[in-house]
Amino acid sequence: MNHDAYPDNYIRGILNSVKSIAMVGASPVNVRPSYFAFKYLAQRGYDMIPVNPGHVGKELLGKPFVASLSDIGRPIDMIDIFRNSSHIMPVVEEALRLDPLPKVIWMQLGARDDAAAAKAESVGIKVVMNRCPKIEYGRLSSEISWMGVNSRTLSSKRAPVPTQGMRLSLNRMSVGGGDTAASDRAAKNKTEQS
Amino acid sequence: MSDRLPGFSTLAVHAGAQPDPTTGARATPIYQTTSFVFNDADHAASLFGLQAFGNIYTRIGNPTNAVLEERVAALEGGTAALAVASGHAAQVVVLQQLLQPGDEFIAARKLYGGSINQFTHAFKSFGWNVVWADPDDISSFERAVTPRTKAIFIESIANPAGSITDIEAISTVARKAGVPLIVDNTLASPYLIRPIDHGADIVVHSLTKFLGGHGNSLGGIIVDAGTFDWSTEGKYPMLSEPRPEYHGIRLQETFGNFAFAIACRVLGLRDLGPALSPFNAFMILTGIETLPLRMQKHCDNAKAVAEFLAGHPAVASVSYAGLPSDKYNQLARKYAPKGAGAVFTFSLKGGYDAGVSLVSKLQLFSHLANVGDTRSLVIHPASTTHSQLDDAAKVKSGAGPDVVRLSVGIEDKEDLIADLEQALGA
Ligand SMILES: Cc1ncc(COP(=O)(O)O)c(C=O)c1O
Repeated sequence: MNHDAYPDNYIRGILNSVKSIAMVGASPVNVRPSYFAFKYLAQRGYDMIPVNPGHVGKELLGKPFVASLSDIGRPIDMIDIFRNSSHIMPVVEEALRLDPLPKVIWMQLGARDDAAAAKAESVGIKVVMNRCPKIEYGRLSSEISWMGVNSRTLSSKRAPVPTQGMRLSLNRMSVGGGDTAASDRAAKNKTEQS
Repeated sequence: MSDRLPGFSTLAVHAGAQPDPTTGARATPIYQTTSFVFNDADHAASLFGLQAFGNIYTRIGNPTNAVLEERVAALEGGTAALAVASGHAAQVVVLQQLLQPGDEFIAARKLYGGSINQFTHAFKSFGWNVVWADPDDISSFERAVTPRTKAIFIESIANPAGSITDIEAISTVARKAGVPLIVDNTLASPYLIRPIDHGADIVVHSLTKFLGGHGNSLGGIIVDAGTFDWSTEGKYPMLSEPRPEYHGIRLQETFGNFAFAIACRVLGLRDLGPALSPFNAFMILTGIETLPLRMQKHCDNAKAVAEFLAGHPAVASVSYAGLPSDKYNQLARKYAPKGAGAVFTFSLKGGYDAGVSLVSKLQLFSHLANVGDTRSLVIHPASTTHSQLDDAAKVKSGAGPDVVRLSVGIEDKEDLIADLEQALGA
């Protein structure tokens, strides 16, 4: 996978197929990005599991924290890692010891570890880096358009009236004129410099 | 789902708009409401805390305006946009995110006269200090950079003379200085030039002009290219530092490559207040649907009118980058191959008096202070849009006393030429 620019179909396929998501580094502090994403994905019907050894014994929006991936004790589809790039590798190594393996490893906005990604991909796990699943879900459903964000999708179909907690369709037509090629390029230059 | 990529005209009609979920209305409804009900207390808190996507109050966002925002973001190739009440409001909101009192920004000397005033006087009272540079001399931008420089501001096609700016060269200066390049793309519109493709980090527009296109609604917009890294510590605190307005959220970390557009909305528009009326958003959206058709006609007519004027004995000179002899023709071929826009100036051998006489004799061209209307427009900048500048600054910005500015409309070009001919001849 080219991790500088993901085709919409790759992201769409992941978000349409996974059901359970373990979020490593989930924070109970309600201004942290991980809290935003956890809450949003739970409202969109994903089975969310907060992983953070510092908060075991507490709950995040009604879900009990677990200390590590191996403590979850049931198969999970996707691991969403809310840690800095330098802390990614140990989490991926732990994920690779799970049985069954997760189908997807997702690294949050700002996080990228190409070596860890290659390791996961070598055993057939799909990897996404430097993206936020909340933003991508909002974008592909066009819900994020409320904030003036370019969803890079079109649809001439009437959408259902959105209700709370509803899954939204992500199957809109992707467009190129609104391609974020410029921002992908900038991100790539930054990776190469660091 | 295929990832086939539609073209510019398809985006001009469709981007951002979808049939209304409630009624099935196909045209974008005008959501003429101040406020939106919350589902419950938790939903309200999520929206106010920026945790959920949705509507609160029209000063912060509105569904009609959101369609306009996404459409212009798509046409410009940006990650997100924010619509505001006017082009000038867009400029204030952008710079408020970038400058602290005592900071500087570099601006091209060739700008709309109103922008020169705004930067020189209004912004000075905020402690934002403009440093002027000459877009015809790229090294003047390099020399203007200091440790307090926070941004560079240029127009892609500059008002009033329609000169073309070397966006790529100036973006190289901006990158070296570690500051974002802001491009006012009003006179080109994304149909002629997409500044983000040439290195712009932020694009602003007066939607009042070609995008709306019919001279009926004021509006402005800010497009985030998603290209600038705001994380350098302390340099852009609105984006990189925990915001006390939002209990400590860091916008860059939370919103990634559209954090600048979010900052403009939640720190700029929310607190300064220049919200766009949803009715104006609707009018401008309707205008944008025909942007590619109109803009091509504007350019073709402008070229014909410029050629006519260049051959007329009463005309001393024509400044239109679409003419092969023009000083900016090379840059026009590079940046705006479909046409060099429709706003340009010419000077009359008879000087100031001949300009005043011409304006009074024209029958089709309207004498008024706007550009980018379907109708052809004429003005004498020295006595109007640029009248607050001193004589030297007038000449430097291309608005000397003998200069007349045209904004060529989409009428039949033969009629426009006949009107100019009778007004120049008698
Ligand atoms: C190039 C340019 N930028 C900005 C503006 C200001 O826009 P508004 O009048 O919508 O505030 C104008 C208006 O003439 C303009 O021509």
